Formats: sequence, structure tokens, C-alpha cells
Amino acid sequence: MAQRGIREYDAKRLLAQYLKKYMQGLSYDFKAALVTPETDWALLVKENPWLKKNKLVAKPDQLFGKRGKHGLVLVNATLDEVKSWIGERMGKEVTIGKITDALNCFLIEPFIPHDKEYYLAITTEREGDRIYMSAEGGMEIEEMWDKVNEVFIPILGDNKEVPKLIKKAIPKGIEEREKFAQFVELIYQFFVEYHFTYLEFNPFTIKHNLIYPLDAVARLDDTAYFECAEKWGDIEFPTPFGRRYTKEEAYIKQLDAKSGSSLKLTVLNPKGRIWTMVAGGGASVVYTDTISDLGGAQELGNYGEYSGNPTTDETYEYAKTILDLMTREKDPQGRPKILIIGGGIANFTDVAKTFDGIIKALDDYKKKLKEVNAKIYVRRGGPNYEKGLEKMKEAGSKLDLPIEVYGPETHMTRIVKLALEEK
Amino acid sequence: MAKPKPDYLLFDRNTQAIVYGYQVKAVQRMLDFDYICRRETPSVAAIVAPTRSNGYHKCFWGNKEILIPIYRHFEEAVTKHPTADVMINFSSYRSAYPTTLEALEAETIRTIAIIAEGVPERYARKLVALSKQKKKWIIGPATVGAIAAGAFKIGNAAGTLENIIRCKLYRPGSVGFVSTSGGLFNELNNIISQATNGVFEGVAIGGDRYPGTTFIDHCLRYEANPDIKMIVLLGELGGTDEYEVIEAIKAGKITKPVVAWCIGTCAKLFASEVQFGHAGARAGSDRETADAKNNAFKEAGAIVPNSFDELRRVIRETFEELKAKGEIPEIEEPKVPPVPEDFATARAKGRVRRPTNFICTISDDRGEEATYVNVPISEVVEKGYSLGDVIGLLWLKCRLPKWASEFIEMCLKIVADHGPCVSGAHNAIVASRAGKDLVSSLVSGLLTIGPRFGGAIDGAAYYFRKFCNEGKSPRQMVDEMKAAGILIPGIGHRIKSVTNPDKRVELLKNYAKNNFPQTKYLNYALEVEKITTSKRGNLILNVDGCIGVLFVDMLNSCGFSPEEVDEIVEAGTLNAVFVLGRSIGLIGHILDQKRLKTPLYRHPWDDVLYAIEPARTVGK
Repeated sequence: MAQRGIREYDAKRLLAQYLKKYMQGLSYDFKAALVTPETDWALLVKENPWLKKNKLVAKPDQLFGKRGKHGLVLVNATLDEVKSWIGERMGKEVTIGKITDALNCFLIEPFIPHDKEYYLAITTEREGDRIYMSAEGGMEIEEMWDKVNEVFIPILGDNKEVPKLIKKAIPKGIEEREKFAQFVELIYQFFVEYHFTYLEFNPFTIKHNLIYPLDAVARLDDTAYFECAEKWGDIEFPTPFGRRYTKEEAYIKQLDAKSGSSLKLTVLNPKGRIWTMVAGGGASVVYTDTISDLGGAQELGNYGEYSGNPTTDETYEYAKTILDLMTREKDPQGRPKILIIGGGIANFTDVAKTFDGIIKALDDYKKKLKEVNAKIYVRRGGPNYEKGLEKMKEAGSKLDLPIEVYGPETHMTRIVKLALEEK
Repeated sequence: MAKPKPDYLLFDRNTQAIVYGYQVKAVQRMLDFDYICRRETPSVAAIVAPTRSNGYHKCFWGNKEILIPIYRHFEEAVTKHPTADVMINFSSYRSAYPTTLEALEAETIRTIAIIAEGVPERYARKLVALSKQKKKWIIGPATVGAIAAGAFKIGNAAGTLENIIRCKLYRPGSVGFVSTSGGLFNELNNIISQATNGVFEGVAIGGDRYPGTTFIDHCLRYEANPDIKMIVLLGELGGTDEYEVIEAIKAGKITKPVVAWCIGTCAKLFASEVQFGHAGARAGSDRETADAKNNAFKEAGAIVPNSFDELRRVIRETFEELKAKGEIPEIEEPKVPPVPEDFATARAKGRVRRPTNFICTISDDRGEEATYVNVPISEVVEKGYSLGDVIGLLWLKCRLPKWASEFIEMCLKIVADHGPCVSGAHNAIVASRAGKDLVSSLVSGLLTIGPRFGGAIDGAAYYFRKFCNEGKSPRQMVDEMKAAGILIPGIGHRIKSVTNPDKRVELLKNYAKNNFPQTKYLNYALEVEKITTSKRGNLILNVDGCIGVLFVDMLNSCGFSPEEVDEIVEAGTLNAVFVLGRSIGLIGHILDQKRLKTPLYRHPWDDVLYAIEPARTVGK
């Protein structure tokens, strides 16, 4: 749960919906269509008749920027041209910076001829929000940064002061200053009410009483979902570009979303030799640090954590997922596979209860664990830990698996050393 | 009244909190901590539970029990407990914002801990700003809390009592620490207690992007506190809050030794961004990486280990140096009073036992799903168990054959109602018309069931079975009953007779003959009927009698031993068939009366013979 990027399409959809409700005389004629590999063009055209009437703009909508610079924006094209342009690119891999991923979502909008390219961005910081405005937006905004005006709005600031602050900071070179100020003011209100944490229109233009956000980048604070469910509508938080979820990661994400506890999994190396199942957001990072300090980085299979007193069933499902991953193939050099069941000293998580789920999963996978010559290291403390550790030991002898068990008297990351020294 | 605390001290041995949320475990953990610290007053002044009514919560103080007031409204709790200056907010992420606002407005509250994870950032930022304005302290959101050793602890911080004792948190040491993580908070208690003379105070600021107070706030407090000799800081990748401490060290605002470590040095391994366990843990720029922060700490003069593994060693070295310089005072180890173990905990560990007061052998609600005997309710529905099957499970603890459960259902249907005039229905109707609720009216009707109304099923089963089992002929039974002056239960009908048979009885008899493996007692009863009907046509085996004998035949055929059948009959199981079935009809009558809005019933005078004689004088 944190700041999450949303599609340009959704950012614009939300803006249009907001302006419709609040704007007097000023509006945004929202026309946009999303194309994915599943899109039925005939249906899309039927639902968006403007696609046939207007000249169009098309670009990928997958949470990455600098699309113009990478030749990924088609401008002033007919529907047929757009179709074949998207057709040529759909499913193809592109590399943006250091990140490579396949294109799978495109945005089509009417082409808007314009001369002025304005810039607007809003960011959040601890003490308040910051609005950036410039008369000279566009691809080269970084180079033109000295022409960007800033407005700082304190988090407890008086709402009535906001328009004044904005008006004072309208950059030179903006033609319809009054309207520009009104738009910025409304977009700032929109930003606040919809719990954005980042919003950028670069560029946008104003014509008559209409605003045309030509490009948009936005992040929402997804913890505000409980308040914004209705406003956001059917919002999607796409996975970051270059971050493709494996089946197992997707499964844990889904488990996490349904649970009051926290369950996280990132597969780093499916062929990895070292796997971790660590309790606690902080402790899991420490274990990963230690593994990499001790030279195990290349062999590390996953990052993950479970915390917040998950149920036995939840840890069972979580553990099964990791055990399945780690037992798929043997180490090519014949070394044992290592599982680190680590954690700090819990404040209120019932250790025995969470271990019950893990032990059940170990039981399910005992044969496969033996096949990959698995060695298991446990370190944990907290409520009911003696019983939990005792159960782990028993499971080791019952399932005939090598499980070494340590409690709070042993330094948290000691088991990493023990595990990595094991040859 | 407690002495006012210096600014750098948030908690002392007199600090009291108002706990928002009915968190009984956390409250008990706080009180247990208080007890081993030998505090004079409990650290929880009151509990605010918005869904409960005002009252008291009973909890342990050592081996005694004490009461802690519960209030529905925070305002009332604050007014009644002006000495409490801490609010521990356990409300959910949904209501953490408004409830914290309320606490910030309360004059007597100085420190607020927000436990909830997932408080929207905009709200968190507002709370931060407001608390600064009001010069108040927020710890959290998304925190486990804080501990002032030997004085006060927030909620679940520091975990179990055993952990608290092992980490000597019942008395102050000389180290102040601050960490992001709540899980590692406890690990730090552990490390510091092993490497030094112990913790003076520790705070987990929470893993969110905008914590209410950050490292610098607490480090400056620790700097000002003469009892704290060194500071330990455990940060992580993401954000730049650690740099405020780095700047303060450089500027000479923090002069005490600072041992610092930021976790997340592994992040460089990941090609694409990974969201770690904490919302704030994501490095947006190079400055936000753990490596950059650790280097900056080192450059500023903090003591930075090479890894988390070395943390304990450098803490020990730093402490030993201070000790060598004579800066560490001797601590007199207090005696820790033993706290009796909770019964539930002790039992879970197998240390105590206690005889139970109740026994149940028919159902179990302790697992994921309640069961009837050992059948989960979902299976009862999915596998199509009939009502008769459920009765079999819960009354007789067995899986009945199909013919038997069908027979039970048939009985229920047959006895369900017999019109408004029978005593049970009559009573139910009269009670309902007196304005009584459904349950009272139903019970009023059921209370008429006994030897004269509906009780014949039991009686018939008892007598027919008795005579039959004793090997007496039907003729002997009729004679002996007559000699004893007892009407045979289950024999006789007001209207029905040999020539005008009761259809219900015919149905039951035919069903039994076609489906029961054997009908010994029915056959015997029918022989008795032959004798009684030869005397008078309406002395037939009636429906009660028929159900009674067939129920016994059923049990017999199912393989219940004679002793078991005795028990079942004596326990009133057969009567229960009538009670259960007739409840359907009684409820029907009650609902009918309610629907018709019938008024209070008053029996007419002319229907009563008033035959009053002068009162007899008795005695002297």
C-alpha cells in the first residue's frame, strides 16, 4: 500500500469527471480510447465514433515517459494509420532507459493542433504540496527549468489563499492568464480531493474555454481507496513498466489484497539456491542485506515478507508458493538448496500459529524438498515462540528434513552465515 | 498530581494513557509491564470503545483484578482523566485521521501513537503539521509504539513479558534508540540489552512515508536527556529523514555518540523497483539509498557498522568506551516481581490443567466451521442431509439410515399442528394476543405439553415396550393395566374408530411395514388394539401411540441396545419429536395472530361457572 502510478487514460478520465462536476464555463472534452491486445476495433469505433471523424494521436499508456524521444508517439494520423501503427507495436518489446518490457496498452486521442505548450505539475512533500507551472512545457522541460514557477501550498494552508498564491505565480508568456489560473486552481483541488501524490500535464494547452491535457502522468495514494472508491471508479494500478509479475507473485499479491496482514513476494531468480521466508517488513530487508553482504546475492531466489499476524491458512499458502518455487529444480552443482525461515522478535504475531502453516506446507513438500537436498534454517522470537520453535524441531525429525532452529538468544542474521557456510 | 515532565521526556513512571479501541490484549500487556516495573498506578487510565456503552473493563494487576473505565466518547474520557497525556490510537486506517484530530484538540493530550497502517498520506501530513503547530508528539502511523524502560510502554511494543524481562526493560539503561520498523524495534531491545546496560527509551517511528515524528525529533530529545548516554538509529532506504540527523551531528546539535545503520543495502540488486514491506521503503533517488545514507552518517562522524550483523558489536564497543570514560552510572538491579502466567497461555504451554465444568459430545464450534457431531455444517447442506438426518446426528449421535430419517420427518409433519383449540395452540394464541413476543408465546404453548397433552407418545412407547419385553401377552397387558387403573397411553380416539380409521395412523403403519426391517412393537400394539377395539370401536391405536411404538421399533432396528433405548425413551426423546413438530404449528398460530392484529383476549363471564362459597375457617 503506497503511491501507485495510474494510466494516463485514467488520469484524464478522472479529470474530466471532476471538471464536469465543478467547472463553470471551463471544461475538458474528454475523448480517449484504450487499446489492448483484447480490443475489438469494430466495437471500439462504435463506442467512440470520433475515432473516424478526427485526426488522431496514439501512444503507449504503460506508466513510462519520454515516449516522444523514443519515437513512440504517432501524431496527426487517420484511424487506419493508427490501427496499423499500433498493430506493428503491440506485443513488441521496447527498451526505455535500462528497462525492457512488451507494449500492451495504447491510448488514442483526437489530435489537437496547438501553438502553446504549457506545463503543470503538482508534487507532495511533508509540509505541503508544490505546484510547478511554465509557459514553456514539452519534451525539453528539464532544460527549461529556470522558466518554471513554483507555488508552495502548506498542508494546513487556508483554502481561500490558494487562488491568490497561484495567481501571483502565473509565469510570463501565458496568454489566457485568468483562465490558466482558474484551471490550475481547479486541478489543484482535484489533486487534493482525489488523493493524488503526483500529477503532471506536460504539455497542456488552453483554447477558448477548453483545456487539453496532451500528456499526463499521475500517481494516487492507494491507501485512500476507502474514501475514493466512488470517485476513482474502476481504477487500475498497472504493474510498473518492466515489472512483469510471475504467476506466483500475482498469487501472493492477490492473497495480500484480501488479507488484513501483509504478504509480499518478489521472485529475483527462479533458479536461485537461497530462498527466504521472513516475518516482518524490516527484518526481511535485513536478511536480504545480509545475504548480499555475504556474497549470496546472485544465488538469492526471492525477496518477501509476511507480517501483521497472518492466519495459519495464509502462511500455509504463502509457504507453499515459496516451497514450490525452490523445489522445481536441483542446484546444477549439486549443492543443497537453502531455505531461511527468519524473523525478528515479534511484538504480537503468534509465532506458533504462523509456524503451523509453514509446517503444513513443509509436510506437503517433504519429498520434493529432499530431492533438492534442502537445508532449512529457522530463527524467530515473540509471542509463543518456544512452542513454535519446538514444533519446527519436531517437524524436522518427523519429516526427516534438516531443520536447524534458533531463538532470540541467537543474533537475527546468524542463520544466514550458518546457511551460506554450508557446502 | 504527578510532577511536570521535562520537555525531552515523553513518558515517565506516572504517565497514563487513554487507549482508543477495545484492545484488551494490548491493555493487559501494558498493565503487566507496569506491574513488573512496580509502577504505582496503571498506565492505562481509560479505554475508549465507540461501539460499546460506558462501563468497565476488568483486567489483571499482578494476581489481583482491577477495573479500567470504558467510555463511548473520547471527549468524556479526556474530561474525566485529565492526568492522562498519552492517547494510544488503535482505530483502523479509516478512522485514524478523525480520531487523532480529536486527540490533538484535547488540551491534556501531549503524545499520540497511531498504530494503524494505511492512513492516507494527505491525512498523515495534516496530522504532522497540526501536531507541530500544537507542539504535540505523534508516533506513527503504522507503528508498534515505543517504550520507556521501567516507566511506560505503548500497547504491544516489546512483545511478551518474557521478552521484556529478558531485555531488562523493567528498568532504564543508558541507551536511547529510534527505528523505522516495529519488528526490528524489538530486535533492537534485544541487541541493546545484550551489548549495553540496557534501553532507556526506544521509539518505532513507523514505516510510512510521512511519520508523525522522525528520527531527528527523538534524537534531539535523547541528546537533551542527561540519562541517555548514547543513541542508536536504525533507518532504511527511501526518504531523506535520516539526513536531518546527519546535519544535526555535523552542526554539533547532537554530540552524544550515535550508532547508525540504514537497512536496504541490497536494493541495488534489483533491476526494477521493488516495494519492500514498508510504504516508505523505496529509494527514489541516489540520496535515498541505504548505502548513501550509511556513508553520509559515517562522514558526519556517526558510528556505522559494515552490516546489520555487526550492529551489536559496534554498539558494545561504543558503550564500553563510554563506560571506560566513567560516563555510565552503575545500575542497581531491581527485583522483578513475578507475574502469574495467564491461564490460557499456561495451558497452551501445557503447564496447568483444570477440570472442565461442561461436557459436550454432539457439536463443536471451535474450528474453522462448526460441526454436527463430526460433520461440518457445509457438508450437511452440500451432501443433502435431511432434517431427519440432522436430528439423527444431534439427538442420537448417529448417521441414520434413510428409512429412519424419513420416518422422523414424517412424524414431524404429522404432529405439526392440530388446529387452534388444543391446549398448546390455545395458550400460544392467548399469550400472543396479550402482546407477548414470539418466544414467550411459543413457550406458553409448549408448557402445556405433558402427561395429558401430547405426552402419550412417551407413555405408549414405555408401556407397550415394557409388556412386550417382559414376554407378556397383549391380553395380560390389557388386564394388568386395567387392574392398575391406568388407561393405556396411545389407545383411543375421540372420533376415529375401527370403521373410520385415522389416515395418519394408516400412513405410518404402511410406511413402517414397507420400510422398517422389523416392527415388533407395532405388531404387539396392534394385537392390544384388537382386544381394546373389541370392547369399544374407538379404542384404536392412535397417532401418538403409533409414533411411540414405531420410534422404539426404529431404534431397535437400528441396532440400539435395550439399555440405550431405555435411556433414549427416559430422556424424553420421543416427547421431543412432538415438541419439535408442534412448535411449527404453534409458531404458525402466533404469526397468524400477529398478522391479524388480534386484540387482548378476555374470557367471557358467561363461560365460567362462578361457584363461590364462603371461606372456610381453619385452625384456631
